[in-house]
Amino acid sequence: MAALQRKFDDTEARLSGLTLPEGGWSAATRRDALSRVRSMGLPHARDEYWKYTKPATLVQPEAPAAALFAGEETPIFDDVDRLKVVFVDGVFDPEASDALSMSGITIERLADSNADIHWARDLYGKLELAGQSPVERPLAALNTAFATDGVLIHATAKAEKPVNLIYIHNSETSDAILHHCIKLDEGAELTVLENGPAAARFNKVMEVDVADKATFHHIRTQGRDHERRAATNIFGRLGRESIFKSFTLTANGVLTRNECVLELTGDDAVAHVAGACMGDGDFHHDDTVFITHDAVNCESRQVFKKVLRNGATGVFQGKILVKKGAQKTDGYQISQSLLLDEDSQFLAKPELEIYADDVACSHGSTSGAIDEEALFYLRSRGVPQGHAEDLLTLAFLAEAVLEIEDQDLQDAVNGRIEAWLMRRRTA
Amino acid sequence: MLEIKNLHVKLEEEDKQILKGVDLTIEAGKVHAIMGPNGSGKSTLSYVLSGRNGYEVTEGEATLLGQDILELDPEERAAAGLFLAFQYPVEIPGVGNMTFLRTAVNAQRKARGEEEMSSTEFLKVVREKAKELEIGADMLKRPVNVGFSGGEKKRNEILQMAMLEPKLCILDETDSGLDVDAMKLVSDGVNKLRAPDRGFLVITHYQRLLDHITPDVVHIMYDGRIVKTGGPELALEVEKNGYADIMAESA
Ligand SMILES: Nc1ncnc2c1ncn2[C@@H]1O[C@H](COP(=O)(O)OP(=O)(O)O)[C@@H](O)[C@H]1O
Ligand SMILES: [Mg+2]
Repeated sequence: MAALQRKFDDTEARLSGLTLPEGGWSAATRRDALSRVRSMGLPHARDEYWKYTKPATLVQPEAPAAALFAGEETPIFDDVDRLKVVFVDGVFDPEASDALSMSGITIERLADSNADIHWARDLYGKLELAGQSPVERPLAALNTAFATDGVLIHATAKAEKPVNLIYIHNSETSDAILHHCIKLDEGAELTVLENGPAAARFNKVMEVDVADKATFHHIRTQGRDHERRAATNIFGRLGRESIFKSFTLTANGVLTRNECVLELTGDDAVAHVAGACMGDGDFHHDDTVFITHDAVNCESRQVFKKVLRNGATGVFQGKILVKKGAQKTDGYQISQSLLLDEDSQFLAKPELEIYADDVACSHGSTSGAIDEEALFYLRSRGVPQGHAEDLLTLAFLAEAVLEIEDQDLQDAVNGRIEAWLMRRRTA
Repeated sequence: MLEIKNLHVKLEEEDKQILKGVDLTIEAGKVHAIMGPNGSGKSTLSYVLSGRNGYEVTEGEATLLGQDILELDPEERAAAGLFLAFQYPVEIPGVGNMTFLRTAVNAQRKARGEEEMSSTEFLKVVREKAKELEIGADMLKRPVNVGFSGGEKKRNEILQMAMLEPKLCILDETDSGLDVDAMKLVSDGVNKLRAPDRGFLVITHYQRLLDHITPDVVHIMYDGRIVKTGGPELALEVEKNGYADIMAESA
C-alpha cells in the first residue's frame, strides 16, 4: 500500500513541474492524457512491466545531469540527401533545419499548429491511447499531455527524400519531450531517419498510421552520450498490404527504454522491428516490443541483438499477440546477446499469445560468449585476436542490421558499429 | 624448416597425456605424411603447432625456420608462415568468405611489415585461384563455410592456403569426405603449391591421397609417438596390412 502511495506521490511530483500546453486542436487530447497519467501513475520499480529496468530516473522531476559528449564522428546521415529537422535539447532550431516542404508530404511543427481543426487530431494520442491496453505505458501518456514540440507529417505519395530528425544535446540538464505524428495515405512511401542523443533525458513518442499499401521505413541511431537517458515509444497501425520497418542502433547511454507497439489491422501487412545495441560499462538498454496481429496473412519480425561488456545490461521484452481470426500469421522473434565478459547480463522475456489455429510463430532467445572455435579459426589465418573478435561481433549483429533495406544506410550503420568496436579493440 | 623435438602435450583441463615425445623434422621443399589410427594424436599435433587453446606442452620444443613457435599467438604463427588446413573447417555465419580472405591476407602482410594488397589486385588473384579449385562466385560471397558441402569446405581450405602462401602447410585429413573429383582438385591445388622453400605435413588416414600427393617421407603415429618412419612404400604397406603389425612392433 505504501509503495502504491509512493507511486502516485512520485507521479504528482513529476506532474507539478510540467505545464499543460493550452488551446488548439490538441488541448482536449492532452487533458485526457493527463488524467490517464494520473489514474495509471508513472512507472514504478514494483511494476511488472518495469521489472528489469528501473524507471526512477525517467520519472523523477528533474532530469539527472548528463555530460556532453564530443565524439569526432560526423553525424551518421550527413551524406544522405534528406530533409533536416533539427531539435536542440528538444527545441526546434530553424537555422539548422531545412525549409519544411518537400514533394509527397506535408510537414509542420506540432508547436506551430494551433488551429482548432487539424488532420493530426485523429492521430495525436490516439494510437498511444490504443497502446495502453493490455499493458500500460504511462510515460507515453505523459508525453501526449506535455510534448512541447515534434513534427506532423502527412505523406500523400512517395516522399521525395527521407525526413531526418536530428536531436542535438547541448545542455547537461535538458529534459525534452517530443511527439511526432506520421500519417501515410494509401500507397504513400516515407523514410524517417533519426539520430542524436537529444537531451540529458528524452521522452519521445512517434505515432505512425500506415494506410493500405503504404510503406514506412524508420532508421534511428541513438547518440553516443554516455550519461543520456531516453524513454521512447513507437505506436504503429498497419493497414492492408502495408509495410512498416524500423531499425534502431544504440551505442552507449546510461539508460534507454525503447518501446514499440504495433497493430496489424489490415490483411497481408508486414511489420519488422529490429535493433542492434552495443553497451560498455554503465549501460542499460531495454527493448520492449508488443506486436498484435489482428488480420489475416500478416508477417511480423522482431530481431534484437545486443553486445554487452564491462557490466552492461540488456533487456528484451517482446510479445507477439495473435488475435482470434488472425489466421496465416507468420510471426518471428529473436533476441540474442553477446556477452563479452562475465559481468554483463541479458534479461529476456519473450512471449507468444495465440488465439488463432493456423499460424506459424517462432521465437528464440540466447545469450552467449564469442565462439572460441570461430575465433581460433580466424586467428589461425593470421587475423589478430582483437580484429577477429570484432569480425565475429559484427557478424553477430548482422541479422539485425540486415533488416535495413537501403544498402547505403546499412553500410553507414555498420561503419558506426565497426568504429565503436575499433575504439575498444584490445590487440 | 620445422623441427619438433621430444614434444609432450597433455590436455589443459584434465590429466591426459596425448603426445608422448614426438620428434619430427621437415625440410624445405619436402612433403612428409603422417598416418596412424584414430586417436593417435595427429590432430592434436596439428592444433598444438597452430596454437589452439586447451593443450599444455609439458616438454620439448617446436621451431619454424629457427623461431620457437610454441610461445607465439596463433596469428603470429600464421604470419610466421604456418598454415593448418582444418580437419573440420569452422562455419562462421555473418562473415563473408571474401571479407575473411582479404582480412587474413592483409593482416599477415601487415604483421610482416609488407604492403597490403589493393582490393583490385586481391580480387584478381582470388578469382584466378578460386577458378582452379572450381570455387564459384557464390561460394566466395557466402559466409565462411556456412552451408558448404564437405568437399567445398576442403576446397575452401586449399583456397585460403593458396592465398596466404605459407611456408609450412599442415593438412589434417584433407581427403576425408572427398569424392574422386574433389580429391583431384584438392591435390592439384596442393601440388601447385609445392616449392623448394615450402614444406608440407600431410595427415591422412588413407594411402589414397598419397597417390595424388607423393610424399618424400611417411611417418606412422601411434599412441602419441612416431613409431615408424619410411618412404612412400610405408604407406602402401599400411594400406595392405593395416596398423596391427606396426602397433604390435611398437608395443
Ligand atoms: N580437447 C580434447 N578433449 C578431450 N580429449 C581430447 C581432446 N583433444 C584430443 N583428445 C583425445 O586425444 C586423443 C588424440 O586425438 P586426436 O589428436 O584427435 O587424434 P587423431 O587426429 O590421430 O585421430 C584422443 O584420445 C582424443 O579423444
Ligand atoms: Mg584427427
